[in-house]
Amino acid sequence: MQINEATVRKIAHLARIKVTDEEAKSLETELTSILEWVEQLNEVDTENVEPMTSAVETAVKMREDVVTDGGYAGRIIRNAPKSDDNFFVVPKVVE
Amino acid sequence: MNDLLDLTIAEARQGLDNGDFSAVEYTDAHLKEIEAANKALNAFLIVTDEKAQDMAKASDERLAKGEAGALEGIPIGVKDLFCTKGVRTTACSHILDGFEPPYESTVTTNLWEAGAIMLGKLNLDEFAMGSSNETSYYGNCVNPWRRDGDDTILVPGGSSGGSAAAVAANLCPAATATDTGGSIRQPAAFTGTVGLKPTYGRVSRWGVVAFASSLDQAGPITRTVEDAAIMLGVMASTDEKDTTSIDIPVPDYLEEMKGKLKGLKVGIPKEYRVDGMSDEIAALWDQGIEWYKDAGAKIEEVSLPHTKYALPAYYIVAPAEASSNLARYDGVKYGLRVEGDDIISMYENTRAEGFGAEVKRRILMGTYVLSAGYYDAYYLKAQKVRTCIKKDFDEAFKKVDVLLTPTTPSPAFAAGEISGDPLEMYLNDILTVTVNMAGLPGISVPAGMSSTGLPLGLQLIGKPFDEGTLLRAAQVIEDASGELPAPARWWS
Repeated sequence: MQINEATVRKIAHLARIKVTDEEAKSLETELTSILEWVEQLNEVDTENVEPMTSAVETAVKMREDVVTDGGYAGRIIRNAPKSDDNFFVVPKVVE
Repeated sequence: MNDLLDLTIAEARQGLDNGDFSAVEYTDAHLKEIEAANKALNAFLIVTDEKAQDMAKASDERLAKGEAGALEGIPIGVKDLFCTKGVRTTACSHILDGFEPPYESTVTTNLWEAGAIMLGKLNLDEFAMGSSNETSYYGNCVNPWRRDGDDTILVPGGSSGGSAAAVAANLCPAATATDTGGSIRQPAAFTGTVGLKPTYGRVSRWGVVAFASSLDQAGPITRTVEDAAIMLGVMASTDEKDTTSIDIPVPDYLEEMKGKLKGLKVGIPKEYRVDGMSDEIAALWDQGIEWYKDAGAKIEEVSLPHTKYALPAYYIVAPAEASSNLARYDGVKYGLRVEGDDIISMYENTRAEGFGAEVKRRILMGTYVLSAGYYDAYYLKAQKVRTCIKKDFDEAFKKVDVLLTPTTPSPAFAAGEISGDPLEMYLNDILTVTVNMAGLPGISVPAGMSSTGLPLGLQLIGKPFDEGTLLRAAQVIEDASGELPAPARWWS
């Protein structure tokens, strides 16, 4: 699978990472070589194989749907680069 | 040389209980040694000396009252991937600048409740993505080992490079570590320490910065197998806060280690004789087989036919999960923020500056394989291959109790030697990554020295939740390899 620069830019935008022209070029080569290397998985016949969903077979744990924690907005907001009155502050999204 | 620094956890616990020395003395000896060595090794990012002294005083009080816990008075280093309340936690990434968790991880909570003392936070590859500790935002960690007659700087392995280097250099008797594709076992092999990756679900992942959630598992790095058993007994728990933690009581590993060895069936997977494995590693493996025969174990060759597909499948699954887990670093909730013209450019600028090259590469790889139209071809395919890998192990474990392999294809390499080629770096995990893909427990034990004077490790792989047998079998290697040299203290 050949990845071109346009694809690198597309996935970088999806991943919300700005890439320079230089980075896009080297990522083009690196991602292509990694993807070519993983192609070997096509040698494995997985026709009737279920995908692994958990490492150890176990029933999903159930619990009561109740609030068990919370009530400390100040502690949660404390690490925010920008906050105001227990709210996270982000650039304006609605004009 | 300070004798206190040479003690194993088991010996130190005895000494503390006997009153031969206090927790304060024992802790101070380590703090002094860190001060002397850390400039050269860069293992500790933060030394929490005041906290350590306070915790040591409290330990001495509990010792005096006869209320000692399993790790009472034992100073421990914490990989900087575990959230520690009020103590900066960075995952060695610029993007977590200044992050002080308002909570404590379950693993470290368990340690402190058992009386352990926190010395500080340890270096690692950024977000645990690496095999050489060269992707850390806070600089490379240095291996205490050097080749004979050669002062080339060697890597300690990764991602738990700081944990392994600190334990090998006697800066702490044990450290916490995490293993997603080999990040406990490979650095343990590179530094002559014992590294134990427990069964997936044995140790809570709550409060550990997530890399690949279906593969990540925390475990200890120690200097002896017995100490690994003591540490695991405390680190392991069932935890309501981690839905993947399994509700099986934590056994007494020290007791389980005592069982008989005679009749133990040891499998030798033939596919692990990989290309590029050095002759001396192959010879060490043969030596290991002889040790088990001498100990009365039965040796049986087994086949794990999908072995070669584990690494490529890993490099789909791990980046995919990482791209999802690392979406939370957006410049809003914590850490670094780089402003932009609007919210999207703020995200893009923050993540461009905050993540290093290897982390970006993996996020982009993960984003690609999960993007529309590719999910089935990559992620789903890799998860099916994972089932094949697991089935190989299930078949093998019908015949044998543990599997014996080398931990790494080579001893520690030099800084910069292979960091230019991501694929070559990934091959370091070729013998360890299968274990994570199948969720099994694995341990690396020092087994000998290379011709260049570097430590080499053998790996044992066990059945799910059978860490007891794994540790019992690991003791054979430790006993048979005898007293191995310690690193020359070139840094003091």
